[in-house]
Amino acid sequence: MKILKNAMLGTAVAALAATGAVACEADGRVSIIGNEFPAIQSVAAAAGECAGIDFSSNLTADHQSLNLPGMTGNPAEYTTAIVANSSIVALMNEDVIRPLDDLIATYGQDIPQRQLITIDGKVMAVAFMANAQHLLYREDVLEQVGADVPTSYEEMLEIAEQIRSEGIMEYPLGGPYAAGWNLAQEFTNMYIGTGGEFFVPGTAEVSINNPQGVEALEMMKALTEYMNPDYLTHDSNGTSAEWEAGNMAMMHMWGSRTGVLMDAEGSEPQVYENTKVSGPLTVGDSGIPATTLWWDGWTVAKNISDEDAAATFIAMAHGSSPAILNDETMSQAVWLIDGFDPAPVNEGVLASVAAGSKPYPMRPFQGLLHTALGDNIADFLQGNESAEQTLADVEAAYTAAAAEKGFLQ
Amino acid sequence: MKHASFFWFVLPSSLMMLLFIAFSIVSVVTQSLYQAHDQVIIEVENCGPFGCTTDTSVDAQATAALREAEPLGKWAGLSIYTDRNHLAFTEVGEAWVSSVSMRDFAGSLMNLPFYDAMAFTLTYTAVVTPLTIILGFFIAIGVNAVARAMRGPTIFLSLLPMIVTPIVGALVLFWMVDARGILGAALQWIADDPNFSVKASTPSMWVVLMVYGIWSSAPFAFIVYYAGLQTVNKDTLEAAMIDGATRAQRIRYVVVPHLVPLTTFIALIQLMDNFRVFEPIVSFSAQAHARSLSYAIYTDLGGETRLLSSAAATSVLTIIGVAILLSPVLVRTWRDFGSPR
Repeated sequence: MKILKNAMLGTAVAALAATGAVACEADGRVSIIGNEFPAIQSVAAAAGECAGIDFSSNLTADHQSLNLPGMTGNPAEYTTAIVANSSIVALMNEDVIRPLDDLIATYGQDIPQRQLITIDGKVMAVAFMANAQHLLYREDVLEQVGADVPTSYEEMLEIAEQIRSEGIMEYPLGGPYAAGWNLAQEFTNMYIGTGGEFFVPGTAEVSINNPQGVEALEMMKALTEYMNPDYLTHDSNGTSAEWEAGNMAMMHMWGSRTGVLMDAEGSEPQVYENTKVSGPLTVGDSGIPATTLWWDGWTVAKNISDEDAAATFIAMAHGSSPAILNDETMSQAVWLIDGFDPAPVNEGVLASVAAGSKPYPMRPFQGLLHTALGDNIADFLQGNESAEQTLADVEAAYTAAAAEKGFLQ
Repeated sequence: MKHASFFWFVLPSSLMMLLFIAFSIVSVVTQSLYQAHDQVIIEVENCGPFGCTTDTSVDAQATAALREAEPLGKWAGLSIYTDRNHLAFTEVGEAWVSSVSMRDFAGSLMNLPFYDAMAFTLTYTAVVTPLTIILGFFIAIGVNAVARAMRGPTIFLSLLPMIVTPIVGALVLFWMVDARGILGAALQWIADDPNFSVKASTPSMWVVLMVYGIWSSAPFAFIVYYAGLQTVNKDTLEAAMIDGATRAQRIRYVVVPHLVPLTTFIALIQLMDNFRVFEPIVSFSAQAHARSLSYAIYTDLGGETRLLSSAAATSVLTIIGVAILLSPVLVRTWRDFGSPR
């Protein structure tokens, strides 16, 4: 698999070399573990072109089950893990990544402050791209019913009713509502949008069984009335396919997927030409957008020699430097790197940032709550139980898990 | 066989079993008795591209010292087994006291993840195992009656469900029962309801999962029965024919008694397999409608924060469940083969 990966990196390196990237030199071992999508491939490829390093990379969708075991040993197998704000906490909890302040002072003076992820005053990661969920809509369908682009879920529901009653589409709405991680993410967005807090401040005690929690669940249920009845099986891929098939008019979707939905592949011109992005939606009157902001960034392993750590830092800093931006890589993501020039597909994510959306919480026990949400919310959406009962179940499931992990004593 | 040669003959496989089965089970049982250390939680300020927030974090140094002292974790005894996400003794007790009727109590029980998973797992096992055996038997009888020249291709076709990788087989069926798939559309036409969707309702999802389970394991029962059919005593069959027995009577009084010991074997294997049902739930994205014990282990290990002790406890409960389920069959096998006849 490594050979294949290296071959793929080779082509990307060639593409970069052609644009004349800045030279980079280091001495040591650099081994990357990370997710597999174009933006990360570009970063890894650029890191690998540094001279003098012993380089390997393992980019796979299963990175989350590999990064922790691969960084726990001493010396660690992976010298750097590319993570997001949700997944960095698993590495922080087990104490396998090192603070980067010294390395930044020596090798990273030119990294802008906004890219640095600091936790308790120590830089633990360097972010290179942002992501968020926001509205996608079909311009032609909205014109047909004479509606403006919605800015709130309440407006979205009204327009959906219009589209249905005029017989244009039976199920005009959609979204990644597959039971499990996706559904929990949708609740997280909606609950943040109602102004709710997940935990009693400063503790691991969950507190979502409140009016905001009920409001969030009821809005989700109202939306599902206008979704394809199979919505609980539609993850991001399934929802994208439904969109490309022209079966939907509006959805809240990941910014990183808009590129695929707006290109000419996979759908009729009527669909992709009319697919437009807008900012995140609000729910109720809290004024907080019902979405979460995400970053992707790299870390440096703790259990490696200082030489390898320095080499890894230099290579990764090069991999996420302005030098990697060219015609091919520019539209791959909403880069946080200097010199990024946004394309129309990126506008939704930028609008989410501009609207003051909150980042997905970087909290040691948020992942446990996410799992508990994903396991229980479907019961409410299917009408098996009340919103209060579902929220009580989520709290109970989380509390048992958090007690087992030692967060609740 | 001499005792000494028997010993050397089974030694390699015994060693392997000890290494890969016994030790793993010991490790899982040990893991299920420990939980993570009390984490030292502190308030910190987190800053990033989207501004600063005050949030909680784990005090790594303080927790590292605790870990150094007790690497296995904190002794939990059976508390993981009895917590709300497993046997839920407290919650079951409360539900028993507060329920006004058995129906009410059953409802509260089904709201607990372990009993919910158990309900599906047991229903699945109870439905799929006998139907697999019956279907496998009839395929075997049918194939055995086919002309000799056609038998090869027929056997191959009958074995196909077992040859296809479970996850692929399940996906094929998943797409076919989609509202726009061939089976899904056919069901809509039969039900005369254009909005009928198999994936949206729990009962229909259970039926599809069980149909898949029967479809994918029937070939196993078939091939075992087919092998058994080749050893049916021809003389007895001919004698029955001369006595004027019909085909049904020959099957009932000659073939079936001959195949009964094989049924025990198939039931044993199928009970074990069906109790561990997992792949169809993943392939059918059915977790909103059906959760099994194996699926619970998968979600424990698949989250961003892995729940090793919880997964270990569910695994031990699964092993106990399989043991209970198999005990009647095992006792029967013991009686058949263990005692002098």
